[in-house]
Amino acid sequence: MQSLLNIFWLGIKELRSVFSDMLLVALIVYSFSFAIYSQANAVSETVHNASVGVVDEDDSTLSRSIRSALMPPYFQTPEQIAAREVDRAMEQDRFMFVLSIPPGFEEDVRAGRQPALQIDIDATAVSQASLGAGYIQSIALAEVNRYAARADVETEYPVVLVNRRAFNPNGTQSWFAAIVSLLDQLSMLTIILTGAALLREREHGTIEHLLVMPLRAVEIALAKVWANGLIILVAFTLSVLIVVEGLMQVPVAGSHLLLIAGTTVYLFAAAAIGIFLGTVARTMAQFSLLIMMTIIPMMMLSGGMTPIESQPAAIQPFTWFLPSRHYMAFAQAVVFRGAGFEIVWPQFLTVAGLGWVFLAASLALFRRSVSTSR
Amino acid sequence: MSDTPEPIARAVGLSHGYGDVRALDAVTLDIPAGRMVGVLGPDGVGKSTLLALVSGARKLQTGSLTVLGGDMADARHRTAVGPRIAYMPQGLGKNLYTDLSVRENLDFFGRLFGQGRAERAARIARLTQATALDAFLNRPAGKLSGGMKQKLGLCCALIHDPDLLILDEPTTGVDPLSRRQFWQLIDAIRAERPGMSVLVSTAYMDEAERFDWLVAMDGGRVLDTGTPADLKARTVSDNLEAAFVRLLPEDRRGSGGELTIPPRPQDGDDGPAIVARGLTRRFGDFTAVDHVSFEIQRGEIFGFLGSNGCGKTTTMKMLTGLLEATEGEAFLFGHPVDADDLATRKRVGFMSQAFSLYGELTVMQNLKLHARLFHLSPERTASRISELLIRFGLTDQADARAGALPLGIRQRLSLAVAVLHEPDMLILDEPTSGVDPVARDEFWELLVELSRRDRVTIFISTHFMNEALRCDRISLMHAGQVLVYDAPDALVAAKGAATLEEAFISYIEDAVGTDGDAAPDRKALADTPPGAAGGKPLSRFSPGRLLAYSMREFMEVMRDPVRLAFAFLGSSILLLVIAYGVSLDVEDMRYAALDLDQTPQSRAYLRNFEGSRYFLETEPLGSVAEMERRLRAGDITLAIEIPPGFGRDLLKGNTPGVSAWIDGANTIRAGTIEGYVAGAHYSYLADLARGAGIDPEAQQAATVEPRYRFNPSFESIYAIGPKAPAMLLLFFPAVLMAVSMAREKEIGTITNFYVTPTNRLEFLVGKQLPYIAIGFVNFILLTFLVVVVMGVPLKGSLLALSLGAVLYAVAASGFGLMISSMTRTQVAAVFATTILAMLPTQQFSGMLQPVSTLEGGGRFIGQVWPATYYMHLSVGAFTKGLEFRDLTRDLIALAWFSPVFVAVAALFLKKQEK
Repeated sequence: MQSLLNIFWLGIKELRSVFSDMLLVALIVYSFSFAIYSQANAVSETVHNASVGVVDEDDSTLSRSIRSALMPPYFQTPEQIAAREVDRAMEQDRFMFVLSIPPGFEEDVRAGRQPALQIDIDATAVSQASLGAGYIQSIALAEVNRYAARADVETEYPVVLVNRRAFNPNGTQSWFAAIVSLLDQLSMLTIILTGAALLREREHGTIEHLLVMPLRAVEIALAKVWANGLIILVAFTLSVLIVVEGLMQVPVAGSHLLLIAGTTVYLFAAAAIGIFLGTVARTMAQFSLLIMMTIIPMMMLSGGMTPIESQPAAIQPFTWFLPSRHYMAFAQAVVFRGAGFEIVWPQFLTVAGLGWVFLAASLALFRRSVSTSR
Repeated sequence: MSDTPEPIARAVGLSHGYGDVRALDAVTLDIPAGRMVGVLGPDGVGKSTLLALVSGARKLQTGSLTVLGGDMADARHRTAVGPRIAYMPQGLGKNLYTDLSVRENLDFFGRLFGQGRAERAARIARLTQATALDAFLNRPAGKLSGGMKQKLGLCCALIHDPDLLILDEPTTGVDPLSRRQFWQLIDAIRAERPGMSVLVSTAYMDEAERFDWLVAMDGGRVLDTGTPADLKARTVSDNLEAAFVRLLPEDRRGSGGELTIPPRPQDGDDGPAIVARGLTRRFGDFTAVDHVSFEIQRGEIFGFLGSNGCGKTTTMKMLTGLLEATEGEAFLFGHPVDADDLATRKRVGFMSQAFSLYGELTVMQNLKLHARLFHLSPERTASRISELLIRFGLTDQADARAGALPLGIRQRLSLAVAVLHEPDMLILDEPTSGVDPVARDEFWELLVELSRRDRVTIFISTHFMNEALRCDRISLMHAGQVLVYDAPDALVAAKGAATLEEAFISYIEDAVGTDGDAAPDRKALADTPPGAAGGKPLSRFSPGRLLAYSMREFMEVMRDPVRLAFAFLGSSILLLVIAYGVSLDVEDMRYAALDLDQTPQSRAYLRNFEGSRYFLETEPLGSVAEMERRLRAGDITLAIEIPPGFGRDLLKGNTPGVSAWIDGANTIRAGTIEGYVAGAHYSYLADLARGAGIDPEAQQAATVEPRYRFNPSFESIYAIGPKAPAMLLLFFPAVLMAVSMAREKEIGTITNFYVTPTNRLEFLVGKQLPYIAIGFVNFILLTFLVVVVMGVPLKGSLLALSLGAVLYAVAASGFGLMISSMTRTQVAAVFATTILAMLPTQQFSGMLQPVSTLEGGGRFIGQVWPATYYMHLSVGAFTKGLEFRDLTRDLIALAWFSPVFVAVAALFLKKQEK
């Protein structure tokens, strides 16, 4: 009971400290508003605004109709270039795709000689290359077929495939990007804020002052966890309600309460990592390097950039130790799939467990780190 | 006011404030030239502000100040006279670089004043011989004793033969022997260069006797000026401390009268309160405390007298359990000291040397917080706080932020907090440093009352002799050892000395052996010819000064191998994590079939999925409900639903439909899956046609031949491999740069930039160079990893890539400089650099999505962010195999960033402190 009171009062002090530094407050507001909004909205539809060059050596009705079928928003208006310019233009990155229509193309189609179109694809534009090439291919072939059949005939296939997207019927990119962005900000801010709060107390000597009072290290650590976690939790909740649901119109399928509960558990784990780094580092320079080495993998390997199952087998076991991976799975399940607690409880348990491990590790090193700090 | 016709400095109506606090209040003063002028007064009265203004380190606010015949508000005059002034800021070794050796520190200052190699060597030899530092030339400044640090600071200040030497509290916290030597040294230097004016501030009243002329200050105003004899005569006092108190306005003089300490009642013997036996603490090979033993009785005021760094604080930390003793044992109230013993901690109040309360909280909030942490009941809290506010005279400041209070009041608050829970013992680590004599007397009245009335045991450390005299017993500490402990009078008597200070010096001399080698060598000073470089004009921009900063920064970085190893090893590991972890190749995606038909035809359709490396089949689904449940649980990401009657309809030619349910939560993956599903579907249709004897390809009116250029196998590694280093080559130099710059501000070494003839560009670019080098070495390392470990060949121009890496490192460190020029603390610098750089680098630079296909603000940010151009350049050079001329556009774009960043940094970096 007394211990809880200590944690409470120390936490209140922590809150006052954060709010007295306007720069920190400004950066938190920036992260949960502008950063999330711009990150989610910058990510466009799967193929968007791709630059296309066309080498039209046929210049026929058909070739012109193919050219004009490549339209925004998927493609920029195609630019005509000469065949000898192709290599140079691709190298200079003027075009992501170059479509070459050979001379006599229209005539060959009419004669049933099955002429070939050629698409040069900049295969270094990974995400766009294969999808965009597929789009160009189907658009071009549709035009050719229509021309050959002289009508808007649907090709009769024996079986029709209907693609249905569950949980995000229109495949709106910003929905997913918003969640990834939220996770990134949660991890980054919580870890830096909590770790820096500890390091600051160590640098100013106030931690020694606390340690000569009848307080346990665990109370000091937990006070920082709850106070900094609470600030981020409030920012997160406001961001979900105002920015994500309000401004960006992303529907949250699951329970808000469950989402906040899961985020609370994640914040505990992230803050514990912050405490851990703040305990291990001796100087701000070391702390900043540790931060880099922690948050970059946490953000890159959470499954937000690359699905876990697509990551190499050598890395997958390592990512299991990243709380962000489990939180990502949890957040996707709740926000999009409307999953309930009966589905996401394993993630709750894992994240909480990881948090305790980091906290326990920092407590074990706590006194030693204070005594070597000077 | 002054009898000297030509003052070295003249202030008229000089005022200076920090926020609401007024440090100088309309000071009008002439400081005579060619003398040793002392500015006298406790901390926080404006001495440091006055000295910093005279030196040009602080920016003038109101009033006028003429120094060396020119207006200090005029930047040109400051630049012109700067080299004639030397300034040593307050704080032990504050302007020294602790990681650098004595020689390197001196060498750095010499370079700043444009001295050649031979001249520097000669000057360093002369100064270090005179100060007996020549035996320690290779010792890092951080490992020198307090007295030696001050001597080194003085050497650094004297390296360019200044006409005006400004020393801000040069002897505070230095042991009495070193202090005496320091003044002898100053006298020797003045004997050699009689024209030099010296302006010194001090809080030790006894030191002021040796100055030619005094300025007594209090509350931002000048109380009086004149020779020490004048001041004493005018106030009818026999010493300067008394004179100073009498100069104070009526209401500031305190209770008047001498502080009397009643004798300690010799009552019941209830055992010693503190016992230390053979207490020892080592840090590495350095012994901070060496077999210290003592016993302190209950209710006793026990003093710990010694210089900074002699082990006082370390001993106190061991007694409070903050530090573990390497050897020996300590007991509080008969219990061994144990860090986990919360019950004993409740009986002890501790006040550490630096103000360690929360400056952002008010006086009231600080008191309440501590009352709660000691679990005082609400009623007790209220009565205790109101009692303490009155007793410690804090009532008027109850709602003021603790950080904004003058030092004396802060110290009173610290003591109030320490006694709040009525402890039986107080451990006070230099509680009165920097507190004015009146406040110090008041503070001691409180201590005496606690000791004699409440029988609180007080263990106090100090470096003031007159405070030590007030203790019941004192121990003299030097270099980690307790030399002797007894009642002050007994110690003086034992040495037959006149004062405690003399006795202490004599004890130290006993301990270190008769000195002589440590005393200043007047002969060495007298022998050397006076400096030649005094009036040499200094150029506005000097590559030498720029390189001096680079060399210094480089040496500092090299002295912290942990940081360097982190930077290189960390970025290598991260490169592998990013390059292998970020992949757009969807593989082994779990799917399940909902085959409601169960005919040979439906099974034939599903076979197209079973064999694929993209898909991993899981247990088939039985119902739509099960499908929804498993999709929801994330167990499967794709479900293929074949409707009943599929086989029959197919045979009849009725065009049955198949549904592919894709988990659309991760939109990027869903798009890829759609493509794969369509592929499997078309391959089924082709099989079907071939089965019917039709060549599906012959049916097409035209065909399409895709040509994947630059990356024919279409593996992500060829695109991500070259891009991943861009992230690391930005973050590491930027953050390290930002921290280094913010550190100079926090530690105070930035003063050297203010008071030496360094211009902004020399400072910024000079500091930047080592980080550019780090960035480039990192680039070589990462390129090696990309080529050798990841097997991504470098097909294009290595020269262009290398040049790009240099430009990129310049831009990255420039960004770090820019951010840190706007932030005050290291914490804020790290926070801001990371947060502001992360989003554009990770999302808007084309790592996954080309910048040209981004939308809105993201696209704009991407276009004005260096990582975009470096990623583009790197992919061009590695995978596309481009030559130099094809990459010039990126190189030109990259070259633009640093000048802009550095220009903004220069704009925010002021040449003077506010």
